[in-house]
Amino acid sequence: MADIAVHDVDHAHTDHGGYDDHAPHATSTGLTNNKLSMWLFLGSECLLFGGLISTYMLYRGRHQTGPGPDQIFDIPLTSVSSFILLMSSLTMVLAVNSAKRKDDRNTSLWLTITALLGALFVGGQVYEFTSFYHEGLGFTTSLFGSSFYTLTGFHGVHVTLGIIMLMVVVFIMQRDRITGDKAEVVELVGLYWHFVDVVWVIIFTLVYLIPS
Amino acid sequence: MSAAVEHTESATEASHDAHGHEHGHDGHVPKDSYFIKIAIILAVVTALETSTYWWPESLSGVATPALLIMMAIKFFMIVSIFMHLKFDSKVFSFMFYTGLGLAIFVYLVFLFTFQFFRT
Repeated sequence: MADIAVHDVDHAHTDHGGYDDHAPHATSTGLTNNKLSMWLFLGSECLLFGGLISTYMLYRGRHQTGPGPDQIFDIPLTSVSSFILLMSSLTMVLAVNSAKRKDDRNTSLWLTITALLGALFVGGQVYEFTSFYHEGLGFTTSLFGSSFYTLTGFHGVHVTLGIIMLMVVVFIMQRDRITGDKAEVVELVGLYWHFVDVVWVIIFTLVYLIPS
Repeated sequence: MSAAVEHTESATEASHDAHGHEHGHDGHVPKDSYFIKIAIILAVVTALETSTYWWPESLSGVATPALLIMMAIKFFMIVSIFMHLKFDSKVFSFMFYTGLGLAIFVYLVFLFTFQFFRT
């Protein structure tokens, strides 16, 4: 009875990112559990970053004891960083497409380029933090400083984790140690990477561009 | 538009639609050039966003709504196209947008509570 139900659902979902009739691990929803849990995780991440962004918005004007956003932000530099992260989303999506074509060589290439662009972004953030520190904005200087470093720092940690994930995928792909669907593994890492990019789209506008 | 489509696996089973992607047994797979076009649009919007930094003071009233609109455009383009939400099951959209909607609701209440929007 249960088998019939699963079989019917599979037919209904083959065109929506789920399994086809010959999939090795069909689920009752017809969707892959890995992808479903990744989307659920990303939905919960919205709450984390929502909290950090709204806390920053609340405290961005509280900088009586140190420099404020208008005095320290370097918009041209941050714009270049944003552009780099945006382009890493393109290279990531090209990696996913290559993986779907079962083109391992190009998949590894695009994943490596994505990781390098991510590393450039993180390097820019380290440079920015260092220059802000030298201009007198420490983590405990003001509520603005604390909320700014917490928000952008958390994002930077997410990007760094993404780079590690990308490099691990490249490493295990080259050693042919992915036992399941390679394209799905690359797609899952891609979803995480795009999410990190989309969070930066919000941070770039709300934190850097909209004046306090 | 269907000319701008490539087959990744089962070419004979795929059928094309008017959005530059295909319906195959492995789901919808837009062509690389489609993503490059989207990336160019995103880059242009980012350039426009950055340009608001040099806009004259008299346009500051327009800059904030323009920035919020451009941010929303970029957000939905990345989520729906790069993250394939547009082409995937609606269950994934439900998972993500529920979290996003909940976050927006909770933190708007939070900001109203602390009188963030008070003029």
